[in-house]
Amino acid sequence: MAAPQTIRPEDEADEPVPAMQQLLDNPFLLLFIGIAMPTVLYVVWGVMEIVGIPLAR
Amino acid sequence: MSAIQPPAVRVWWKQPLDRVEGTWIAIAFVWCLVMFFMMPYWHVYGKQNLSNEAYRTTPERYQQKTQEIVDRYTVRTETDLKVPVVHPPAGSDVYLIARLWQWWPMLELEEGKTYRLHLASMDWLHGFSLQPENINVEVHPGYEHVVTLTPTRAGTYSIICNEYCGINHHTMASRLYVVKR
Amino acid sequence: MAINRNFRTCPTTGLVFHEQADRLIRWNAVAGVVSLLVGGVLALLVTLTRWPAVHLLPADWFYLVLTAHGLDMLVFWIIFFEIAVLYFCGAVLLRCRIAAPRWAWLGFALMVIGAVTNNVAVFRGDSSVMFTSYAPMGAHPAFYLGLILFAVGALIGCFVFLGTLVVARSEGTFHGSLPLVTFGAVTACIIAIFTIASGAIILIPTFLWSIGLVSHIDSLMYRTVWWAFGHSSQQINVAAHVSIWYAIAAIVFGAKALSERVSRTAFLLYICFLQLASAHHLLADPGLTSNWKIFNTSYAMYLAVLASMVHGLTVPGAIEVAQREKGYNRGLFEWLRKAPWGNPVFSGMFISLVGFGFLGGISGVMMGTEQLNLIIHNTIYVPGHFHATVVVGTTLAFMSMTYFLIPVLFRRELMFPGLARWQPYLFGLGMSSFALFMMGAGTLGVPRRHWDITFAGNPLGYEFPGTAYLMMGIMALSGIVAVVGGIAYLLITVGSVFFGKRIGGSEFKALSVREGRASPPAPQPVAAAITGHGSIGIGGFVAPGTFTLALVFLVAFVLYYFVNWKYLSTLWPLS
Repeated sequence: MAAPQTIRPEDEADEPVPAMQQLLDNPFLLLFIGIAMPTVLYVVWGVMEIVGIPLAR
Repeated sequence: MSAIQPPAVRVWWKQPLDRVEGTWIAIAFVWCLVMFFMMPYWHVYGKQNLSNEAYRTTPERYQQKTQEIVDRYTVRTETDLKVPVVHPPAGSDVYLIARLWQWWPMLELEEGKTYRLHLASMDWLHGFSLQPENINVEVHPGYEHVVTLTPTRAGTYSIICNEYCGINHHTMASRLYVVKR
Repeated sequence: MAINRNFRTCPTTGLVFHEQADRLIRWNAVAGVVSLLVGGVLALLVTLTRWPAVHLLPADWFYLVLTAHGLDMLVFWIIFFEIAVLYFCGAVLLRCRIAAPRWAWLGFALMVIGAVTNNVAVFRGDSSVMFTSYAPMGAHPAFYLGLILFAVGALIGCFVFLGTLVVARSEGTFHGSLPLVTFGAVTACIIAIFTIASGAIILIPTFLWSIGLVSHIDSLMYRTVWWAFGHSSQQINVAAHVSIWYAIAAIVFGAKALSERVSRTAFLLYICFLQLASAHHLLADPGLTSNWKIFNTSYAMYLAVLASMVHGLTVPGAIEVAQREKGYNRGLFEWLRKAPWGNPVFSGMFISLVGFGFLGGISGVMMGTEQLNLIIHNTIYVPGHFHATVVVGTTLAFMSMTYFLIPVLFRRELMFPGLARWQPYLFGLGMSSFALFMMGAGTLGVPRRHWDITFAGNPLGYEFPGTAYLMMGIMALSGIVAVVGGIAYLLITVGSVFFGKRIGGSEFKALSVREGRASPPAPQPVAAAITGHGSIGIGGFVAPGTFTLALVFLVAFVLYYFVNWKYLSTLWPLS
C-alpha cells in the first residue's frame, strides 16, 4: 500500500482561494454586508412605509 | 484541528459536503419555504389577517369622529363612570379610543355581521387584547388602524390593555358585547 | 509608550493570554456577573409578584423592578459578557496582543458609567418605562444618557476586537482563515455594530426629546427603529452563544466542525438576515404593509432559521463525530450516553442547545409568523419565548463557559465542584419549565408586563380561566428553582474568583513579534483534509444520532406550527 499522499502548504499555495472563501475571510466586507442589508431592507423600507401612510379623512 | 484553531487546510471551501449535512440542509430548506409561503397563502385563503389599512390622524380629529358615533348610537351607559355602550349599525365604521387608562366607548356588535373597527390612542401606546378570543393588536397615538372584523359567537368579551402604559396599566379594561339579532 | 507584549501560556490548555487582554476579559466578565447578580435579585421579585398567590410587590415597585430587571439582564449582563467573549475569541484564540488596550479600557469605563447611570435613573423611580421605553412615554434624561454611554462603550469594544484581528493578521499569529469560533464572534460583532448604530439613531433623538430639544417622537417610527436595536441586541446573543457551543465542543471533545464551509455559510446567513427579525415586534402594528412584514419577519424566506437549524445539527454532530472517533461508535446514541454529563461545561452547553432549539427556536418562529402573531402579541408567551432563548440559550451557555474560564483565565480552582455539577440542571431545567408555562399562560391570553391579572375591584375586569392561574403558579415555582440555580452559579463563580485555590505555573513573559508567530501548518493527509473523519457512523451518515435528534426536532416543529394555524383559524374573521 502506498503511503498516504499529503498536501504540503507550499503545494497548496498555488491553488487559488475561491471567491466565497475570500468573502468569508474578509471581516470588513462582511461588516459592510451586515450593516447594509438590514439598514436597507428593514430600516429604510420600514421608514418609507411609515412616511407614506395617508392622512385620515 | 478543532473549531478554536484555524482550519487545517488553506482552501476549505472545496471540502465536499457530508451526507448528513447535505440531507439536513435540504430538508430544513424545504421546511423554511413551506413556512414562508404559508403567510401569503393565508392572505389569499385564510380568514384571519391583520388589516393593512391605516391613516395618520390627530387625537382631536379621532375624538371628534368617535364622539359622533357615540352621539348617534349610544343605547345605554354602564358603571359609575357612565361609559356609553354604542350599538352601531351592521357593516358600519366603529370607533374605539384607547387612553390612560380606559377604552372608550363600550361596543355592542351583532353576531355574524362585519364591522370596520377603528383603533387609535389619545396619548401613549396601548394594546388591544380581546379576551377570551385572544386577538391582540398594537394601538398607536397619531395612527388610525382600521380592522375589519366579524364576531362569530354571541357573548360578553373583555378588552384589556396588554401594552404597558404606566402605573395604572393593569386597570385598563373594558367590555365588548356580541348580541344575536 | 511601548506596546505591552507580555504573554502567558496556560499549562493545561495551551491557550496564550496577552496581559491586557487577560485583564480586560476578566473585568468585563466580572461586570457582567455583577449585573447578573442585580438582575437576578430583581428576577425573584418579579416572579414572586406575578405569582398570583403571592403578589409580592405593589404596582409602582413592580413596574420599576421589571424595568430594571429587563435592562440589567438583556443589556448589561449580556453585553458585558459578550465583550469578554469577543476579546477571548480575538486575542486569546489568535494568540495575539489586544489592539489599543487603552481604548478598550475607555470603552469598559463608559459601559460601567452608562450601566450605573441607567440603573440610578430607574431606581430613582421616575423611569419605570420598561426595557423598551416606548415613546411618547418618557423617562428621566439620565435613563437614555446611560444607555447611550453604554452603547458607545460597547461600540469601542467591537472595534477593538476588529482591530485585534488586523493585528493578529499583520503579526502573523495565525495562518489561513480565522478559527470557526472567532468567525462566529465576528458575526456577533457585526450584528452588535448594527444594533448599536440603530440604538444611537433612536435613543439620541429620544434623549434630546427628554430634555426638551426635540418636540415630538413618533411612536411608530420609534418602535420600528428601536427594535432594530432591541431585537438585534438579542441576535448578538444568538451568534455569540452558537460560537460558544462550537468552542465548548472543541474544548471538551476536541471537536471540529463537520465542514467549515457549511458552518461559516450559516454564520453568513446570520450576518445577512438575522437582524431583519426585528420586524417580529411590529406584526401587530398599523401602517407597515404585509409585504414588509412578511419579508422581514421571515428573515427573507427563513434563511436565518435555516442557519440556526444547521448549527443545531453541526454542533452536536461535531461532538458525535469526535466521540465516535474516540471509540464510542456503537448504536445511535452511545456517544451521547458516554458524554461527560457531570462536567458543567458540557452539560450546561448541551441543555442550552436543546432548550434554545426546542423551546426558544420553535416559539420564536410561531410569534414571528405574520398571522400567528395575532394570538401571541404582547401576551406572556413573548417573555416565555425570550427566556428560552436568552436565558436557557445564551445565559446558560455563558455560565458553562465561565466554568471553563475560572481555572484557565482567573487561575483559581473551582469551589463547590459538587454544586457546580448540578447547577446547569437546576438552572436549565427550572428555566425551561418557567419559559414553557409562561408560553402556556400566554396561549390563554395572559398579558405580559401586567401587575394584576385578577383586575381586583375593577367592575369591567376580565376573569382568566383557572388554568391560566395554575400555569402562572407553576411558572413562578419553576422560576424559583431557576433562581436557586442562579444563586448556585453566583456562589460558585464569586467564591472561586475570590477564595478559590490559586493555580500557579503561568507567568507573563515578554514575547517579541517574531517569537509570537504561528508555526506553519503541519502537512495534512489528503483524505483527512477532505473528509475530515474516517470510517465512523451508520449508513454513510457520520452523525446518525444527531440526525435522528434533528428529525425529532423537525417533527415537533411541524406539528406545533400547524396546531397554531388550527387555533388561529377558529378566531373571528379579520381582514
